[in-house]
Amino acid sequence: MEALELARWQFGVTTVYHFILVPLTIGLSVLVAILQTAWVRTGKEKYLRLTKFYGKLLLINFALGIATGIVQEFQFGMNWSEYSRFVGDVFGAPLAMEALLAFFLESTFLGLWIFGWDRLPKRLHLATVWLFSIGTVLSAYFIIAANSWMQHPVGAEYNPETGRAEMTDIIAVLTNNTTLVAFPHVIATAFLVAGTFVGGIAVYWMVRRSREDRQHADLPMYRTAARFGAWVMMISGVAVIVTGDVQAKLMFEQQPIKMAAAEALVETPDGPAPFSLLSIGNLAGDDPGSVSHVIEIPGLTSYLATGDWNGEVLGLNELQEIYAERYGAVDANGDEIEYRPNLLVTYWSFRLMIGLAAFSAALALGILWFTRKKSPGMPGWMKTLALVSLPMPYLAASFGWIFTEMGRQPFVVAPNPTGSDQIMLMTMFGVSSSVSMGEVLTSFVLFTVVYAVLGVFWFRLIQRYAVEGAPQVAEPAVQSDDDDTAKPMSFAY
Amino acid sequence: MDLALVWFILIAVLWTGYLVLEGFDFGVGMLMPIIGRSNKGRRVVLNTIGPVWDGNEVWLLTAGGATFAAFPEWYATMFSGFYLPLLIILLALIVRAVAIEYRGKINDESWRARWDWVIIGSAWVPSILWGVAFANLVRGVNLDADHQYAGNFFDLLHPFALLGGLVTLTLFLSHGSIFLSLKTDGEIRERAEAFARKASLVAVAVAAVWALWAQLAYSRNAWTWGALVVAAVALIGAWVSSLQGRFGWAFASNAVAIIGAVTLIFGAMYPNVMPALEPANSLTLDNASSTDYTLTVMTWVAAIMTPVVLAYQAWTYWVFRRRLSLEHIPEHTELTFLKR
Ligand code: HDD
Ligand code: HEM
Ligand code: HEM
Repeated sequence: MEALELARWQFGVTTVYHFILVPLTIGLSVLVAILQTAWVRTGKEKYLRLTKFYGKLLLINFALGIATGIVQEFQFGMNWSEYSRFVGDVFGAPLAMEALLAFFLESTFLGLWIFGWDRLPKRLHLATVWLFSIGTVLSAYFIIAANSWMQHPVGAEYNPETGRAEMTDIIAVLTNNTTLVAFPHVIATAFLVAGTFVGGIAVYWMVRRSREDRQHADLPMYRTAARFGAWVMMISGVAVIVTGDVQAKLMFEQQPIKMAAAEALVETPDGPAPFSLLSIGNLAGDDPGSVSHVIEIPGLTSYLATGDWNGEVLGLNELQEIYAERYGAVDANGDEIEYRPNLLVTYWSFRLMIGLAAFSAALALGILWFTRKKSPGMPGWMKTLALVSLPMPYLAASFGWIFTEMGRQPFVVAPNPTGSDQIMLMTMFGVSSSVSMGEVLTSFVLFTVVYAVLGVFWFRLIQRYAVEGAPQVAEPAVQSDDDDTAKPMSFAY
Repeated sequence: MDLALVWFILIAVLWTGYLVLEGFDFGVGMLMPIIGRSNKGRRVVLNTIGPVWDGNEVWLLTAGGATFAAFPEWYATMFSGFYLPLLIILLALIVRAVAIEYRGKINDESWRARWDWVIIGSAWVPSILWGVAFANLVRGVNLDADHQYAGNFFDLLHPFALLGGLVTLTLFLSHGSIFLSLKTDGEIRERAEAFARKASLVAVAVAAVWALWAQLAYSRNAWTWGALVVAAVALIGAWVSSLQGRFGWAFASNAVAIIGAVTLIFGAMYPNVMPALEPANSLTLDNASSTDYTLTVMTWVAAIMTPVVLAYQAWTYWVFRRRLSLEHIPEHTELTFLKR
C-alpha cells in the first residue's frame, strides 16, 4: 500500500460514512417541516406528536452529520493538496458558497428550532424549521455542483503557465448539465431514504399497537405517518428512476467508459447491448476475457445509454484504445495507463443501487394496501419487511456514490469530451506530496475508529428513541419576557 | 483595491468571527466543571451556548472554504503541512459536536458524566492548538521551493508557537467566563464573575509577552504596532471592566482585542499568506491567490451574504437573550436505557 491508496481509502470511508447521515437529514428535515405545518394548520395533536418524534430522531442524526461534514471540508487540503491546487480556482467557489449560503442557514435555524418552542410565536417557529430544511437542500446543491464539475468540467480553462484549471464562467459551473440531473437524483434519493424511515418506523408501531389493542388510541396517528411515508416513497421512487435514466444517458455521452463499466461490457457487442442481472468470471480486471453474462435483458443497456433499444454501446477494450489515443497511453513512469475502472465494483454497485430500491417499493405498496381502510390491521410480517427495508435505500445511495466515484477512475477530474482536454487530473497526481505514509495511516486509523465508536452510539440512540414511540406532548406555550423569570426551558441539553 | 488583498482581509474577518464566537464556546466548554460544578450547574453553563454553538462553528467552515476558493495554494499547503495538529483539532470538533447533542439524550448519571468529559476535553484541545497554528504562521514555516511543507510535526512546537497556544487558551478562558457572567444568574454567575476577574488579568499578561515577541522578532511590518497597542488596551479594558462588574464592556473589549490580535497576526505575515523560513519560498498574496474572475465572483457572494448571516445570527442571540440559572433547567425528561 502506498499513501495514495490509503488516502483513497480514507476519502472513501469518510465520505461514504458522511453520506449515510446526509440523505436522512435532507429528507427528514423537509418531512418534519411538513408535519409541523400540518399541526399549525389543523391544530391536531397527532401531528405535533409526530413532529416531536421524528424531530428527535432527526437531531440525533444531524449531530453526527455535521461532525463528519467538518472533516470533509478540510480533507481536500490534507490528503489531496495537489488536487486542491489544480482545482481550487473553480472548485473552491461552490464550497465557499455552500458555507455562506447553506451551512449558516442550516445550523442557525436549527438552533432556533430546537430551543425556540417556547420562545417564538407558532408561525415564526414553523418558519425556522423550513429555513433549516431549505438550508440542507441548498447545501446539497452546491456540493453536487462541486462534485459534478469533477465528473464533467465546464466553465473553466486550463492555464499552462500555472498548471491549474481557472474558472471563466460561474454560471456555467453552477448550471452544469451534470449538476442539473445529479441534484434531483440525489434529492429524490434523500426522500426515498426519509420516506422509508418514516413509513418503516410507523409500520413497526402499527403492528405493535394493534397487537396490544386493535382500538389503540395511537393507531390513527401511526396510520397517518405510515401513509405519509408510503406516498413519499412512491413519489420519490418514481423520481429516482426518471432522473437516474436521464443521468445514464448523460453519463454515456460524458464518460462512456463508465457506462461500459456499469455493464462490464468488455467487447463491443454486434447488436444492441443487453443489461445483465448476473455475471461470472474475473470481473477484477486482469482477465476481462473470462467475463460472461448469465441472465440478460436484451437491449436494456443500449436503452439506458442512448434511449434507443438498438443503440450502439462501445465495449471496454475499444474504449481503452480510444482513451489511450486521446489522453495518453503511458504515464510519467512509462507504465501503461489503465482507463478501465474496477469492473467488480462498478458492475455490482450499479446493480445494487438500482435493485435495493425494490424493498422500499414493496414496503410502500404494502402500507397503502393495508391502510386503505380507516381502522387498519397490520399483519405481523409487515413489521419484518419494514425493518429489513429500513437500511436498504441507504445502501442503494452509498452504492450509487461508490459507482459514480469509482467509475470515474483513474481520473479524479474526468476529461470533458466536448471541453478542453487539458482539464483533467489523474487521481494519482492529486494526492498530497508532502504528507507521509505514516501520517495518512494515522489519520485513517483514527477517523475509522472514532467513526465506528460514534456510529454505535448513533445507532443505539436512534433505535432507543424509535422503540420508545411518539411521546405524549403538551401544547407549547410561548413565554413572554415578564413571566419567564423562573420558568424552566422547554428543552435543554 | 487589489482583490487578493480584499480576500486576505475577508479571511482575517472570518477568522475573527470564528475566534470571537467559538472562543467563548470553547471557554464555556472548559469551564463546565469549574463554574458549573454540579450536574445541573454544568447544564446551565452548557445551555448558554446551546442554540448558537453550531452556527458559530460555521465561521470556521467558511474560513476554510474561503481560503480554498481565494487562495488554493495556501489552503493546500497549510492543511497538508499542519497535518497532525489539524487532525487532532478535527477529531476534537467531531466528538464535541456529538457529545453536546448526545449528552442529555439518556437520563443516566454516568452517561452524562462521560460525555461531559468529552465536551470539556474537546474544548481544551483546539483552544491550545489554534494558537499554536497561528503562531507558526506568524513565525514562518519550513517550505521548499515548490511551496510544499518540508518540516515535520516537531518543528511546529517551537516555544513561540507553544506560547501562542497559551495565549488562545487563556484568552478563551477569560472570554468564556465573561460570556457566562453575562448569560447566567445566581450562584453560577457569581462564580463566573469571580473567575473572569482573575482570568482576564492572566490573559493580558500572557498575550502581552507573546505579542511583543511576535512584533519584535517576526512582524514584517511596522504598522502592526498599532494593532498590538489596540489589542493590549482592549485586553486591559476587559480586565478593568470585569473588576468593575461591567461585563458587557468586558465582552466588547475582548472582541476588540481579538480583532487586534488577528490584525496583528495577518499584518505580521503580509504580503505573505504563509511565510517560509526561507523568505524566497513564501506563499504570497500574489502567488497563492485565485484568478481575478473567481475573486470577483466570490466578492459579490460575500458582500451580499455576510450581512444577511450577521443579521440572523444576531437575531438568534436576541431571541435567547435571557440569563439562565439553576431554576431554568428542566428536569431530565429524556429516556433511560431499556433494561436488557
Ligand atoms: C447531497 C448532499 C451532500 C453531500 C454529497 C455532502 N454533504 Fe456535507 N452535508 C450535507 C449534505 C451533503 C447536509 C445535508 O447539509 C449535512 C448532512 C448532515 C447534516 O447534518 O448537514 C452536511 C454537513 C456538512 C458539514 C457540516 C455543516 C455544519 O456544520 O452545519 C460540512 C462542513 C460538509 N457537510 C461538507 C461536505 C463536503 C466537503 C462534502 C464532499 C465531499 C460533503 N459535505 C458531501
Ligand atoms: C459531492 C461531493 C463529493 C466530492 C467533491 C467528492 C470528491 C472526491 C475526491 C476528491 C475523491 C478522491 C480522489 C479519488 O479517489 O478519486 C473521491 C473519492 C471517492 N468518493 Fe467522492 N466526492 C463527493 C461525494 C461522495 C459521496 C457522497 C460518496 C459516497 C457516499 C463518495 C464516495 C467516494 C469514494 C468511495 C471514493 C473513493 C474512490 C477511489 O478512490 O477509488 N463521494 N471523491
Ligand atoms: C432505475 C433506477 C436507477 C437508475 C437508472 C440510476 C442511475 C444512476 C446513474 C447512471 C448514476 C451515475 C451518474 C454518474 O456517474 O454520472 C447514478 C448515481 C447515483 N445513484 Fe442512481 N439510479 C437508480 C436508482 C437509484 C436508487 C434507488 C438510489 C438510492 C436510493 C440511487 C442513488 C444514487 C446516488 C446517491 C448516486 C450518486 C450521485 C450521482 O451521481 O447522482 N440511484 N444513478
